Amino acid sequence: MDGPFSLVRDCLRAEKPVALVTVVELVPHEGSEDVLPRLGAKLVVRPDAEPMGSMGEANLDRVVIRDARGALDAGQSVARHYGPHGEARREDITAFIEVFAAPRRMLIFGAVDFTAALVRIAKVLGYHVTVCDARPAFATAVRFPEADEVVVDWPHRFLAKVADRLGPLDAICVLTHDHKFDVPALLAALDTKVGYLGAMGSRSTHEGRIRRLRAEGVEPERIQQIMSPIGIDIGARTPEETAVSICAEIISQRAGVMAPSLRDGSGPIHQRESS
Amino acid sequence: MRDVLDDIEQWQSAGHRVALARVVAVIGSGPREPGAAMAVNDDGEVAGSVSGGCVEGAVVAEALEVLACGEPRLCTFGYSDDEAFSVGLTCGGTIRIFVEPLD
Repeated sequence: MDGPFSLVRDCLRAEKPVALVTVVELVPHEGSEDVLPRLGAKLVVRPDAEPMGSMGEANLDRVVIRDARGALDAGQSVARHYGPHGEARREDITAFIEVFAAPRRMLIFGAVDFTAALVRIAKVLGYHVTVCDARPAFATAVRFPEADEVVVDWPHRFLAKVADRLGPLDAICVLTHDHKFDVPALLAALDTKVGYLGAMGSRSTHEGRIRRLRAEGVEPERIQQIMSPIGIDIGARTPEETAVSICAEIISQRAGVMAPSLRDGSGPIHQRESS
Repeated sequence: MRDVLDDIEQWQSAGHRVALARVVAVIGSGPREPGAAMAVNDDGEVAGSVSGGCVEGAVVAEALEVLACGEPRLCTFGYSDDEAFSVGLTCGGTIRIFVEPLD
């Protein structure tokens, strides 16, 4: 691979955000003698480093780099049009700004059977997955070989270290369903900017949790941000099916599409077998 | 592009030339988002995809031509009445794919 591509590859391998700008179309203005970049010309833009490459014109480079940084911030690839010197409202040059964001993160608190299944499904969806549990016998890399990271710590203490790196595309799933662990974990998780926060447990488990969170002074509307019982209502029974139901809820919430979340239903979350 | 990096490296270290095709625009309904990538080597081997399987065959042909002439190109695949028998997307959308040699 040549220069720009190998830099992009290195960033992707290191899971660092990067934008690759490529000139994909040239429509020279009639009668213009302006020099346009060549088709395929490239710039590589990273958040905290000097850009690599050039479109061959200083003003055009400046505008394109600015737009690439904006696309990196937004986490969204975009095609943009420019004049020969970076003018807006001209369409001589079309540049595709391809954004490779750092992978979304999923933090799973509680090293249980459901955790192993959720790690697998989350990896299929491209998440960087961390499993965290305070019990060293359970939180082991051997039990969760697909996890990117297995941490032995109390979830709220671990969150204090990573909270400022979490954003709206990230998710926290609390699978401990033990008040001793999940109340402090949820208190800490509610203070992060994650786009999804779910907590496992039956409706009565969650009612107990709500009482404890209220006793800690958490407002009801903030408690309502917790998706619990966790997942959408697809009749999931096994750990694997439950993992699909949780990930489906994360996708639907991010997409702003209404899906039948268990949180918004009533009655037992597992239908009794009819005899 | 993440999903085709390993194949590209393997092919290149085996002495193959490689073209990269990337979706750069989707107009209307399309199966893959901009950035979906497919790599093609000079033997016509393929990694990744740029649609739901609708235009991959045509993109391989474009990629082999790009490797032969050395110049990148922008290809548009759509579906309209007057080109009902040409390559298009059954979902009715139009995608633009930039194909370039990786050397």
